[in-house]
Amino acid sequence: MLQIILTLAIFLILVIPMGKYMYHIATEQKTFADKVFNPVDHLLYKICGIQGENMGWKKYALSLLTANAVMVFIGYLVLRIQHLLFLNPNGIDGMESTLSFNTIISFITNTNLQHYSGESGLTYVSQMCVIIFMMFTSAASGYAACMAFCRGLAGRKLGNFYRDMVRITTRILIPVSFIVALILVSQGTPQTLGGNLTIHTIEGKLQDLAMGPVAALEAVKHLGTNGGGFFGANSTTPFENPTVISNIVEMISMMILPGACVVTFGNMLADRRREKKAEAAKNTMPVAVPTERHSRIWMGRQGAVVFGAMAIIFAVGLTLCYHSEMAGNPVISDMGIDQSMGSMEGKEVRFGTAQSALFTTVTTSFTTGTVNNMHDTLTPLGGMVPMLHMMLNCVFGGKGVGLMNMIMYVILAVFICGLMVGRTPEYLGKKIEGKEMKLVAVVILIHPLLILGFSALAVSMQDGLAGITNPAFHGLSQVLYEYASSAANNGSGFEGLADNSIFWNVTTGLVMFFGRYLAIVAQLAIAGSLLAKKKVNESIGTLRTDNVTFMIILVFIVYIFAALTFFPALALGPIGEHLTLWM
Amino acid sequence: MKKIGKSIGKAFIFSIVMMILCSFAYPLALTGVSQAAMKEKANGNLIDEDGNPTTDKEKAVGSALVGQDFTEDYFFRGRVSSVNYNTYTEEEKESGEYGGVSSGSFNYGNSNPDLKARMEEDLEEFLASHPGVEKEDIPSDLLTASGSGLDPHISPKAAEIQIETVAKNSGLSEKTVKEIVEENTEHKTGGIYGEERVNVLKCNLAIAKEMGLL
Repeated sequence: MLQIILTLAIFLILVIPMGKYMYHIATEQKTFADKVFNPVDHLLYKICGIQGENMGWKKYALSLLTANAVMVFIGYLVLRIQHLLFLNPNGIDGMESTLSFNTIISFITNTNLQHYSGESGLTYVSQMCVIIFMMFTSAASGYAACMAFCRGLAGRKLGNFYRDMVRITTRILIPVSFIVALILVSQGTPQTLGGNLTIHTIEGKLQDLAMGPVAALEAVKHLGTNGGGFFGANSTTPFENPTVISNIVEMISMMILPGACVVTFGNMLADRRREKKAEAAKNTMPVAVPTERHSRIWMGRQGAVVFGAMAIIFAVGLTLCYHSEMAGNPVISDMGIDQSMGSMEGKEVRFGTAQSALFTTVTTSFTTGTVNNMHDTLTPLGGMVPMLHMMLNCVFGGKGVGLMNMIMYVILAVFICGLMVGRTPEYLGKKIEGKEMKLVAVVILIHPLLILGFSALAVSMQDGLAGITNPAFHGLSQVLYEYASSAANNGSGFEGLADNSIFWNVTTGLVMFFGRYLAIVAQLAIAGSLLAKKKVNESIGTLRTDNVTFMIILVFIVYIFAALTFFPALALGPIGEHLTLWM
Repeated sequence: MKKIGKSIGKAFIFSIVMMILCSFAYPLALTGVSQAAMKEKANGNLIDEDGNPTTDKEKAVGSALVGQDFTEDYFFRGRVSSVNYNTYTEEEKESGEYGGVSSGSFNYGNSNPDLKARMEEDLEEFLASHPGVEKEDIPSDLLTASGSGLDPHISPKAAEIQIETVAKNSGLSEKTVKEIVEENTEHKTGGIYGEERVNVLKCNLAIAKEMGLL
């Protein structure tokens, strides 16, 4: 337990400075690294013809979609003809068409659901030009959208999509990935372009060791909350995650940017308030007000409320998962074996139950989808936590999208509370009206619709049922988990599911696609719509959204909505399995 | 129409530039630095017969980070692996029994009867081959499958209960075997993070050496 708390403490220490740095990048303020990055960025702007004009939400969203579409096209092509290209020391063949479709959608939507196995399915050139490439660009797309969204809510102009993409990639993703990758190599993660090795063991047998540029992928896989492993078993494999230090580095890498987004958001809002005050002060006394005289802002009050609500839900899930895993599997206890280490099926000894439960909760809360133990083999309630957090999809969430989803719940909470106490629903000084509520409803409904709708389809069709490999309740859990993971753009799986079939490739591909783009477009539209509105002054009738009361309301709203939507399905899956095992 | 073409063109150029940056410049620079600064680590942490790091794959007998399948009764055994640690014989490769390098687990849910059946079978076999060991002494990691199928470690308890049998079959004294286990036990990082664990391959290398097999 202590090591879990201390790992989270490292995260809390790092997230504030990272959030500050990101805030400076999002608002184009000076940072310590400008001397290096300004010339690089200017060169890139020049080559790509980026003028950096301000875009409206429609143009911003359209640019995002166009750029992503072009990348899909290039990536699909590479996968199909990978065997004809260079860097294929292990002699791997081209990828089949539905699998290529699934893979490409999976990576451009930052899901990283993998129906292929890296060791045998991808050449090094595909790992680099498709997988690593999309890990960068899909994460950057998400953060770009999130920055634009935050700017909109904070009453700034939305900005320029391409400019955001370049700045996020060159100033955050590449340099931080490089450092993380070097730490991983120092722990034993391979980074080579040489082929797989075959060695002779002392028992006179042969052993194959899969190699490759693993560290490069591993770093951005976590930093960009991507999650797709170099190898089939992802971060459980010793080469992807050799030690407990690499395990912690990987966890922190996936937590840092989604956490930092909230800090950035809070800073932007606090900043706007400060500017307003300064302006008001200037009007009354025309003396230049020094801007540096303010008390230090950590994450701003609005940011802190959102961060706090996310942290509460995270802590609840983590506690449930850890205790459930420590309790172990009653079937094994009944055999008379010592299970004091917890449920060890599908876990690695070097991580044990504590680091595994933490990793599981982190990877699904921050929607990364990397795994350091096999989720299919988690205890029923331990496996329900990752599933639930993907269904909520707002517990920090990945690549900025989690923050946007949480703001949807914030708006919903404001609206519901407004109705209950008869106050005008407004958020950040903007009235919440029919148009915004319709868009919020779309975002909140699309998620369960995709998960439950497609799960129903899968269990009613022979092609869907064919994928299930565990009997009874757990079989349904496998299906639910797969679609929850796809819709939340997470990418982890109950890996037992035999999912490389036309049915599963196509349906999960569609779910990932709609789960990502419908939500992003609707959310940018909300930001655009709020931005266009006149600001109303705070009055006695305004519901405060920057205090603890609101934070608690927010947590309840999230749980109530999730419970109403997903409880019946969860009862038939993990809860049912738990009861049959323990009763 | 012209406008659409222009925006697609812009997206295309942008994608290519990003690809040069992210797919080539970044991983290649990283490969260069890693290979120059941490050659052994960047190439899979291979170890030779003496357990020392090496980069020569002819000399290597395994990777310090990856487990192996051990069948001799004078060696310690590791965890259950769904991929048999990618360890195979020439015949198994030719017959197709070994399907190529992979990783993963059986993915049996807690309630899956196959899990119970597999564990019961292994338990029976283990008790038969390790006389003197009681059921309740066996820690669960020894009979459960690792997530990767490549786990190089077992818990100290799982090593402890094998000492007697390993000593008897190898002809070494229990004290020597115990020392070997202690030497190859890795501790919690900083006394806090991770778990105590024993590296099976390193133990077995030391045993083979003591026995004069190498």
